[in-house]
Amino acid sequence: MAEIIQEDKQKGGKKKPKKHSTRIDMTPMVDLMCLLITFFMLTTAFSKPKVMQIVLPEKMTKNTIPPRIPESRTMNVILGANNKIYWYPGKPASDIASAPIMKETDYSDTGIRAALLERNKALFKKITEFEDKIKTGEIEMKPDSVQATIKKIKKSDDTGPIVLIKPSKLSTYKNFVDIIDEMSIVGIGTYTVTDISWIEEQMLATASGSAAPSKPVK
Amino acid sequence: MPKINIKHQSPHIDMTPMVDLFSLLLTFFMLTATFRPDEPAPVDTPYSVSEKKTPDNNIMTVTISADKRVFFNVDNGQDTILHYRPQILKAMGSRYNIEFSPEELRKFEKGNYTLGVSMQDMKTFLNARDANERTALEKGIPIDSTDNQLAMWVLYTRQVNPNVQTLIKGDGKVEYPVVKKVLDVLQLYNVKVFNLITNLEKVQVTQKVE
Repeated sequence: MAEIIQEDKQKGGKKKPKKHSTRIDMTPMVDLMCLLITFFMLTTAFSKPKVMQIVLPEKMTKNTIPPRIPESRTMNVILGANNKIYWYPGKPASDIASAPIMKETDYSDTGIRAALLERNKALFKKITEFEDKIKTGEIEMKPDSVQATIKKIKKSDDTGPIVLIKPSKLSTYKNFVDIIDEMSIVGIGTYTVTDISWIEEQMLATASGSAAPSKPVK
Repeated sequence: MPKINIKHQSPHIDMTPMVDLFSLLLTFFMLTATFRPDEPAPVDTPYSVSEKKTPDNNIMTVTISADKRVFFNVDNGQDTILHYRPQILKAMGSRYNIEFSPEELRKFEKGNYTLGVSMQDMKTFLNARDANERTALEKGIPIDSTDNQLAMWVLYTRQVNPNVQTLIKGDGKVEYPVVKKVLDVLQLYNVKVFNLITNLEKVQVTQKVE
């Protein structure tokens, strides 16, 4: 590839002015450019990481009254150890003797997603219908207002479940992100992250058989 | 017999188009380059379907590494012009009775590192000679209730820049109690909106809804 600049040696006689070739040897330049390109390619962080936004309510003080939620729509989702989820419907268990039986499932799409979808059918249908209309061009909207409309649909919904997410001490950050992600996949309108209660910890221990509970639970 | 005339082709290749292309690529990469910020610990973020992009400015990042260390970083990128970092460090210094020299404040501003140092070690950290010395001091920011320095960082950052957004970058394997501690600290200072940094993953809901 290298270009060699030829120098004609003239023998004897008159000295002519040296004729330089008009071509410049570009090899070193190309070398350098290759190097720089490689450097920039490797150091560039191309795909920006994405963010998932969650909004958590203010810390409860003693004076705040917890919002009242209908029991029939409540779903308690407890994140256990080893990527297991335990859930039960109805109001949060308040004593061990009458504790509801928890269903065990996992983070797969036939696991918790199916259970959530089953209960969120109406809202999910509304949202997907709306999204389909956007896709087919039936409704034209800017992406921002699409998001706002979906938010509005979610807010006005009064059929879907209200999910209380209760991560246990044994769950991981991945589990936490996964379950919140699941909320947005399934299109759950109302969900929040709350602390796991002592009773639920006991229930979890029984269900997963990890530690003997202080009282037998059935 | 006629001689076969073999055409002598010059061995030189015209490199001009190649150079043109290279300069084009180079310019492109140079202009789009956003350098990967230095990470004190490798963090494997979980996946989600969210397509929201990470904001560019007005951000503070709380990083939780797999070995449960907590790191804190104010600003990456565009906020640098506004010189928030030295102001925050000064406020932190007055809180912990540590006087920072202008030299140290400048070092703190220039080194755009993610912080994993307790305030007690901050002076040694800033005056450290090499990277090894620095890494040895990165034990994570204390978040115990007795010495909650993360809370102070959050507090002063929000005082200096009220528009700051919170990013949380956690490793997928971190146990939830550690995450909860961080969330509690943030909630205590009235942070309500959290941005969890995740990788993008496409999910299709296969289930048909009748």
